[in-house]
Amino acid sequence: MALDQSFVGRTYPPTDPYEVGREKIREFAEAIGDTNPAYIDTEAAKALGHSDVIAPPTFVFAITFKAAGQVVADPQLGLDYSRVVHGDQKFAYRRPVRAGDRLTVTSTIESIRSMAGNEVIDIRGEVHDEAGEHVVTAITKLVARRAEEA
Amino acid sequence: MTAKIAYDDVEVGTELPAQDFPVTRATLVQYAGASGDFNPIHWNEKFAKEVGLPDVIAHGMFTMAVAVRVVTDWVGDPGAVAEYGVRFTKPVVVPNDEDGALIEVSATVAAKLDDEERTVRVDLTAKSADQKVLGMSRAVVRLA
Repeated sequence: MALDQSFVGRTYPPTDPYEVGREKIREFAEAIGDTNPAYIDTEAAKALGHSDVIAPPTFVFAITFKAAGQVVADPQLGLDYSRVVHGDQKFAYRRPVRAGDRLTVTSTIESIRSMAGNEVIDIRGEVHDEAGEHVVTAITKLVARRAEEA
Repeated sequence: MTAKIAYDDVEVGTELPAQDFPVTRATLVQYAGASGDFNPIHWNEKFAKEVGLPDVIAHGMFTMAVAVRVVTDWVGDPGAVAEYGVRFTKPVVVPNDEDGALIEVSATVAAKLDDEERTVRVDLTAKSADQKVLGMSRAVVRLA
């Protein structure tokens, strides 16, 4: 069943702040095998002009995807999550995420399209810091594959 | 931001140093923990096959994370990345053995976007088992 087009443009309430931990950044960098000192060494990060260690570019996805869960789980929208795959992912950064940031995410349904029986939904997550400054925008395209013919 | 690559030293067609990233089942378990993505298709072979996959597959976001290292290692400062986007075209299938899978990433400067901002667009190619696993994989980077 096609998703309701009237949900396009719907914005969900901002999430509670997520505090970016220095050790969480280190854990993530280790998990992707990335030894860039800007992620683990405050002095190295400062030498690059950052006020503290920064997070790898895709780190913020854990926060924005959790926020997108509001959309995915919205019973009124009725997305069948068991059929959902991650289609595209984009980030546009105002500045890198860094340790100590307290980040909130505001999710908006950017578009809903039906393509060859698949439902394609774009969710935009706007990430702001404690001062209300924009940090990064994440665009997540989810594809709900067509249900199998009975 | 302090990129170690100068805008003036880069031309369209400049190739970034390519890199290969091995990924095993252990890598995926570690990434699941660090990212909070515990979808069983990334660690449970039985579950993965039940939902029609050939085997356990890597997190798309893991592939996205390692691919951009070709850019951040080149430029030095990961904070120089202004934009980054990918399409997940094929899964990276990770067999249950010591070698696992290999993600091979190459990248080329595709456009010089803005002489004032000193931004370039880098197009990335990521392959595993001779299949392109990312499409439309592009980063915009601010150079020195």
